[in-house]
Amino acid sequence: MNPLLEREKGLLELERRIEDLRSASEGKRIDMSAEIASLESKYRQVLAELFGSLTPWEKVHMARHPRRPTALDYIAGFDAFDELHGDRMSRDDSAIVGGFARLGGHSIVAIGQQRGRDMKENLARNFGMSTPEGYRKGERLALLAERFNLPLVTFVDTKGADPGILSEEHAQSEAIASSLEVFAGLKVPTLCVVIGEGGSGGALALAIADRVLMLEHSVYSVASPEGCAAILWGDASKAEEAAAHLKLTAADLRGFGIIDEIIPEPLGGAHRDPEGTVTRVLDRVGALLDVLETYSLRELLDARYEKYRHLGSWRDAVAGSDGAT
Amino acid sequence: MADWLRGGRNRDKVRDDAAQWVKCPSCGEVLYRPDLSANLDVCARCSHHFRMRAHDRILSLVDGDFEEIARGVLPADPLGWTDKKSYPQKLAADAEKSGMDEAVLCGFGSIGGHEVALGVMDFHFRGGTMGSVVGERLTRLIEAATARQLPCTIFTASGGARMEEGMLALMQMAKTTAAVLRLKASGEPFITVLTDPTTGGVSASFAFQADVILAERNAMIGFAGRRVIEQTIRQRLPDRFQTAEFLLERGHIDGVVERANLKSTLERILGYARAGRERRKRAELSA
Repeated sequence: MNPLLEREKGLLELERRIEDLRSASEGKRIDMSAEIASLESKYRQVLAELFGSLTPWEKVHMARHPRRPTALDYIAGFDAFDELHGDRMSRDDSAIVGGFARLGGHSIVAIGQQRGRDMKENLARNFGMSTPEGYRKGERLALLAERFNLPLVTFVDTKGADPGILSEEHAQSEAIASSLEVFAGLKVPTLCVVIGEGGSGGALALAIADRVLMLEHSVYSVASPEGCAAILWGDASKAEEAAAHLKLTAADLRGFGIIDEIIPEPLGGAHRDPEGTVTRVLDRVGALLDVLETYSLRELLDARYEKYRHLGSWRDAVAGSDGAT
Repeated sequence: MADWLRGGRNRDKVRDDAAQWVKCPSCGEVLYRPDLSANLDVCARCSHHFRMRAHDRILSLVDGDFEEIARGVLPADPLGWTDKKSYPQKLAADAEKSGMDEAVLCGFGSIGGHEVALGVMDFHFRGGTMGSVVGERLTRLIEAATARQLPCTIFTASGGARMEEGMLALMQMAKTTAAVLRLKASGEPFITVLTDPTTGGVSASFAFQADVILAERNAMIGFAGRRVIEQTIRQRLPDRFQTAEFLLERGHIDGVVERANLKSTLERILGYARAGRERRKRAELSA
């Protein structure tokens, strides 16, 4: 059950009435601007009420919204993009896309996790769930960024790594483990944006970076709420309850120091203004690339190590104090 | 009594006679617990490898004493998690049951004369799941191995990331990875032994980042859990799927080892590591 649909129904009704009034006033040459303005004001008010505060579960649905901009929408916003394919071994996993790109004054390598925008594309792209071949493609492109000495930008949007038989036979664990190693030590500036759903190790494989950003209504979680509910309670249908526990919103993760920055979304979510969202994200990415370029490689690598080194929460019985974070 | 044995000390004082007997889940043989322990928790009849406790594992490997580190790192409750029980209640129950205060023991000892940093995970505490404490203890171990210029060996046994610590648990994959990278850059070898079971966030991070990856006989090893895959494909998986032997055939691991041969196998590998280190020192001296 999608809790966002219920909320959006009321909006659609208002949108329809505003549209009706507009066409009526045009046809009959009657000035209805006051009524229209009043309805539009009501519309903004309802929008603010409906989407001003979302529950974690509603954010999960926002992050998965079929019309939410995907990695390729951001890539389309680059000044140039030259796609590169394949893992050089066996396949070209289309759940991962990437290549050279230009953004403002920066030449970069970009990698994105690409879910489908409709059922047909979802089937082709395995719902954005990468196989080991996809992670090896991503790792290859990350190393290409290092080889060309170009900054790396990644867009994270996946429920998680593909959990199929073939993925196990092709060493999914090794593929993710190896990707983590490459990203942790990559000798160029790295920047990651969680644009939709960041699910588990399958997301983290592309998400170790000098700066990690999240769109306001994206989520990032140790496991999908469904997966978490299945693991803990043997019942995936308790996903809403799991979502409430998991602390998976951008604000939660900013609080833990796991992400560096939150990019605001238009009221009602990124899908209400996809172009504006893409522009806002890419502007911020460009500005942060400018910042990252001011550090030496040694400074970047040391800061990257320290950032991850201090993540966690524990009690220190010897020191008698709480641990970092 | 060595300090590190504190936790496991009273575990074998079983008063009930019936509890001295255990049935092998593989062949059904009824085994006398002291005999089973003496045989490294391996069924004398069918060689089924029972899941080993971290204390017993360490005792079975190290020559003399074990210098435990990071014992003071203990779990907190960063998410304030409560479902049927609170997270602190779950931790307390597992501590009581297992004699462990977390899912890993870390420290230094010698294996056949080779000094080594040793981390041993224990499935009996929260299913060996990795939260902040497992990540922090292992990171301190790997960093200490790097500082002391010693090889690092980790025995894995884990159901993956610990849900009750949310994203802080997932981030331990990144943290341990960064430490492994520095260990490798320092020239010291990293060896993992995957034991039953090794899955999820542990298998997808340090378990598969080692220079040499061994697995115990018949251990279940994979990324996605068996149930998850079966639900996805809507059919039953073959019994051998995700076993150590299955992974060996597909080239994912270096070898499958019987528990009885594990110590001697590690000794030989650490011997090669020592040879390499001595060779490097000679080169440095002559340079």
